[in-house]
Amino acid sequence: MAIRHYWPTAAAAVGFRLVLVLFGGDLHLASRPEVSTPLTSLRRLAEGYWLKQASMSPYSGSMYHGSPLLLSVLGPLTNSRPDGHHAHVYSSLIFVAVDFLAAMLIRATGQKLQMARNRSLKSLDLTKALNNTANVSAGDVASLIYLWNPWAIVTCVGSCTSPIENLMVVTMIYGACSRLAPLAAFGYVMATHLSLYPAILIVPVILLLGYGPDAPPPKLFLLKGSSASKSDVPDNDKTGRLRGVQQFSWKPVLHFLFWLFIWTCYVLLLSSVVLKEVGGLHDMFEKTYGFILTVKDLSPNIGVLWYFFAEVFDFFRSFFLIVFNMNIIFMVLPLAIRLKHRPCFLAFVYTAIVAILKSYPSAGDSALYLGLLGLFANELAEMQFTFFLFFGYIGVSLLSPVMHNLWIWRGTGNANFYFATGLAYTCLQTVLIVESVSSMIKHDRKLRLLVTS
Amino acid sequence: MAPPPPPAGRIVFLSFLLTAAVAAAGVASAAAPGQEEFTEELLLRPLPDRKALAHFHFRSSAPPADSVGRHHHLFPKAISQLVKKYHISELELSFSQGRWNYEQWGGFDPMSTSNAKPPGVELWAVFDLPLSEIDVTWKNLTHTLSGLFCASINFLESSTAFSAPRWGFKLNEGNLRYGALPREAVCTENLTPWLKLLPCRDKAGIASLLYRPSIYKGYYHSQKLKLRSSQSVGIILDQTLTVVLQPNTVSGKQLHSTRGQLQPNWSMRHLFNRKLSGKCLVSKSSKIFIEVDKGIADKINKTGSDLPWNNEFFKLSNYPDRLIKDLNELEVQSSSLYEYDVSQYSEEQPFDVGITWKLPLIWSCVPSPFHASRFLMGSGNERGSIALSFMSTNLHKQIFGSPNDCSIKAVIFQVVPWYVKVYYHSLEIFIDGNRKTISEVVDKIHVTPSEDKLLPGTLEMLLRFPCNMQSATLTLDFDKGFLHIDEYPPDANQGFDIPSALVSFPEFNSARSYPEIDASLGSPLIENFQEDSIVKSYTEALLVPLTTPDFSMPYNVITFTCTVLALYFGSLLNALRRRISEEERELKKTVTRHGLIRLWLAKLRGQKVDPMESGSSSELAGSKKLLFKVVFVAVAAVLFHYFSNNS
Repeated sequence: MAIRHYWPTAAAAVGFRLVLVLFGGDLHLASRPEVSTPLTSLRRLAEGYWLKQASMSPYSGSMYHGSPLLLSVLGPLTNSRPDGHHAHVYSSLIFVAVDFLAAMLIRATGQKLQMARNRSLKSLDLTKALNNTANVSAGDVASLIYLWNPWAIVTCVGSCTSPIENLMVVTMIYGACSRLAPLAAFGYVMATHLSLYPAILIVPVILLLGYGPDAPPPKLFLLKGSSASKSDVPDNDKTGRLRGVQQFSWKPVLHFLFWLFIWTCYVLLLSSVVLKEVGGLHDMFEKTYGFILTVKDLSPNIGVLWYFFAEVFDFFRSFFLIVFNMNIIFMVLPLAIRLKHRPCFLAFVYTAIVAILKSYPSAGDSALYLGLLGLFANELAEMQFTFFLFFGYIGVSLLSPVMHNLWIWRGTGNANFYFATGLAYTCLQTVLIVESVSSMIKHDRKLRLLVTS
Repeated sequence: MAPPPPPAGRIVFLSFLLTAAVAAAGVASAAAPGQEEFTEELLLRPLPDRKALAHFHFRSSAPPADSVGRHHHLFPKAISQLVKKYHISELELSFSQGRWNYEQWGGFDPMSTSNAKPPGVELWAVFDLPLSEIDVTWKNLTHTLSGLFCASINFLESSTAFSAPRWGFKLNEGNLRYGALPREAVCTENLTPWLKLLPCRDKAGIASLLYRPSIYKGYYHSQKLKLRSSQSVGIILDQTLTVVLQPNTVSGKQLHSTRGQLQPNWSMRHLFNRKLSGKCLVSKSSKIFIEVDKGIADKINKTGSDLPWNNEFFKLSNYPDRLIKDLNELEVQSSSLYEYDVSQYSEEQPFDVGITWKLPLIWSCVPSPFHASRFLMGSGNERGSIALSFMSTNLHKQIFGSPNDCSIKAVIFQVVPWYVKVYYHSLEIFIDGNRKTISEVVDKIHVTPSEDKLLPGTLEMLLRFPCNMQSATLTLDFDKGFLHIDEYPPDANQGFDIPSALVSFPEFNSARSYPEIDASLGSPLIENFQEDSIVKSYTEALLVPLTTPDFSMPYNVITFTCTVLALYFGSLLNALRRRISEEERELKKTVTRHGLIRLWLAKLRGQKVDPMESGSSSELAGSKKLLFKVVFVAVAAVLFHYFSNNS
């Protein structure tokens, strides 16, 4: 079931962004803590570019913490200020294109997933059983969610570099889904280079390349096969069903690893060329990855870690740094074991976890995983608490700026109010992750019941 | 191995030869080798806004160390040890309170360029050391000075507090360190150790005028210590104290009969509440100067009075020993100094000099080429801008005539603490309200960006303003940083101080020239006035309010955050671990299984063990009973408490 008026709606979303960029004036979104973090702020990038132009290391001082490649791509654009527009209008135009591209890749990923789903359902003879429930075109839904998500719009218009990071993550997932090892490796290397956390996505990418896109658990195919063999079915039909259980194929994975190596070398080479004479790669790693891992900047954002590290006793700081960073890695293995047959969904869960636990979260990270969530619209149709989650997100995104305003601008509230919205937001994201995981598991169980009955 | 001492007669002869040679060369003999010297001087000056300026100047000098060994007669031992230990070639430490009023008190004379200091403590030092050892030495030096002067100079130890300017403050080869503490309160506890460095302390001589209640009552108070040391001249220690006081009016009648208000008459006794009873006996010279500004001197010259200390405008209470005139480049007299020698006076015949005005006078001091001021823009605690504004005083017209295509150089030196995160690319320059590109105005710029919790940001900028410019404004955007709760000072809501910026005009020199007097006279004060010094002025210190977190919350924040993260971890792990079909099977099993604990629990609840009873209903009944029991126990406890309190 395709979505009617897909293209007009998508075009309207792009048009809306363009209108905001070109005619919105300076919306001061660039300095909103929800939109830009110390890592993604374009203003800091401009400062880094200025320092580099003054033949200093862009990382001297504590302003710029992004990639040197972005510096040489976006830096020249921040320098020119056309009349009547806000400072970063050219970069914003790029971000609009980037967002559109990301949405298209999400759509293509969705179509791949849909095809894989239809194929596996067909091999399980469940097409009819599931077709009476909703069966929307997940790719369209997901790309429209990404395009029309207010947070994605705000991130795109608000001159920060997260749209590019998001595009790289989406590229990686798309490349892995369509088994384009070079593309997947490029997306992976760039995403990791830009913001480090997508590094954990190597697990779903390898699973995707090895097993192919999401499918029901392999056990079902075996069950189906055994139940079919009990009854008298021709042999060729049986083998056809067993083909649904995909063996892990090493070839694309090795291909991917090879390209991973090549792209890594390439990116490091480019970075060192950019940073030549103004510092080196060591400086870059210390100021980007080091800055991410040690949570040096305590300016408020929508997460909880800034306040935690502003208040925690110095003595415990390193302990909690280890705990919070490990927390992301702790969940990688259990999720991978349980959801290994659904690597795309695994990638979504990982991005959502990263969005909660990363040191400088922003609305752009949430925009990404909410967009990916749309890819599983069919599987997660029976998710609980969707009403609560939907209005929770709306409530938090309305209250958070208000509390920030009260604290920072008016001085009538204090930090605790803003921190409370951050806590609520983290809880909401937790509920979303837990609910989506458990409803995905339920969905698999339902398929199993359908197969066995 | 020290060389064997030469015969005494030869020393005398040699020193005589040397002094003669030095005098002949016209070099000031303040640091004549082989002898420690101390001089004390005081300069008094009426200011246009009915105030009076007093400038105490004490110079102690010690000959090069190897000629006298470790012992000193007059020179403070603490200082010479400090110089030797830290290899200081130049050092200046100032404690100031109040702000020098450049508009009223002048911005173009030696007093304002070298004795007007930013509020709080300012310390800079040039070390004679390899570059790698300087930072460590600086840290030790701050601690030593902190102990010597009872001040929190040790706060300058942290690398976030000091900077190493290359040319904006003073040209150097990277061996200069500069630090400022704008909030340091200055009081008598800093003055007492400063006075202890003088041979007579405040018991005799000019320093005895320093009666604390009267000098701390002033509008501006700056106490300075300047050290110069080199192999050839030894150590020269200049201690100055500059105060601006409001004179107590001598007579009730202040209104002149014909026009306007008279300047208040004052004398030393009225300014300081003390009389001067002779000099400090060990001092080489002890002098008091009264200076009248160019504005007054011009008027006196016009009237052509033959008695310059008793003319139609004012009268000095004592007959001066000498009149020294300052001539500027065009050989026109600009200001005059009346000199008094204190050594003739004693306990029985105390010295007191004063000025009595006869006619109301309005004059103004020579200003610096531009009035520089600095202020903050923006509201809220997230971001803001620093603006530096320059207002032309049209001084160049008096000096250069009025050519149209000339330009005036200005050097800005500004240190910004790290929590004010300046975006240097946002520098904007407006001249007479029009925006200019950076390259039009900025000749040279050197930026050391601030590093979080490590380095302050330093901005050194050489600007070139057109002469006919009336006003210029520079703005720089910044973000306010957020600090860890331990980094906030006790009164966090007061805000944070940004040290004053220094604006200097390298093309303008405020040196005085006194061609009538010979340099061998040996007045370090006048010597200092004659030294080359470019015109500079300090801007205001800024107060930046920063957002504060809730200081009472650390435990709450830790527990809340950890709870939320535990919630995430636990519930996600639970969702992954659950196998619903197995759970259903287990549930069926447990209904039929009676563990020992279960039996015991059931007995405790007083329920009959019935294996066939369905789980849910028994649970429901059990929970009701449990609730009843809890309520019962609670009521019993309350009653017991009530009765036990009553009895």
